[in-house]
Amino acid sequence: MVQIKRLQEDGTDIIVPIGEIDASSSIELDLTIAKSVGEGFTRILVDCSALEYISSAGLGVFMSYIEEFNDKHIKMALFGMNDKVINTFEILGLSELLTIVATKEEAKQKVA
Amino acid sequence: MKYSYKVGCSPENLRGIRDFIRGSLRNHGVSDLDISEMVLAIDEMCSNLMIHAHHCNPNDLFELHIFAEKNHPVIFEIIDDGTVFDINKFHEPELGNIIHEKRKGGLGIRLVKSIMDNVEYTQQGGMNICRLTKRVQFN
Repeated sequence: MVQIKRLQEDGTDIIVPIGEIDASSSIELDLTIAKSVGEGFTRILVDCSALEYISSAGLGVFMSYIEEFNDKHIKMALFGMNDKVINTFEILGLSELLTIVATKEEAKQKVA
Repeated sequence: MKYSYKVGCSPENLRGIRDFIRGSLRNHGVSDLDISEMVLAIDEMCSNLMIHAHHCNPNDLFELHIFAEKNHPVIFEIIDDGTVFDINKFHEPELGNIIHEKRKGGLGIRLVKSIMDNVEYTQQGGMNICRLTKRVQFN
């Protein structure tokens, strides 16, 4: 079960997944990112501080946007992950492919 | 110690499976990080089974067994009667290809193979048994 909130700060879209993203709920994340892109945001932050768990289905959603973001010059940064969630990204080496930082301030700088 | 869980093939049940694994292994002094990795791998195997072998039919049931003994590898057994998908015979795609093809799948098998020490398949009494093992530290 995941609940996903969105809020905007200074032209940056902030996506806030709350709970667990797995095969039953990764579609919610996908739809939310697609909506953000569709609305024309080029700076997207993902606040992971309330993300308790992410399975490969959720990781796959982030991966699937990498090329589109490069093509459209969209910058995305993820921040606030707990140790277990960050470990999930690291096992697959995705921490090298995505921008993952500790704090919101750092994330804002990365997409500025 | 053996723990057993029987569940229908609806992805909504994945959360219950994760809670079952966490609850079972916490009694044995396994570290949170080891538990979280095994949860990831078994979640992946169960979601694959639900989606690909049982088309998310909630009336199809399968069993998950966990064997946890101090100083032995943790053993998971997933028992069902669907089509077997042997991950050992599957070549996981390169990360670069996953990005290029915008694939949302393909990461899971890489994850399972990275986390678990061994994955093997057997058949018994018309049922498929997928046995996954991982060596962990018991405190």
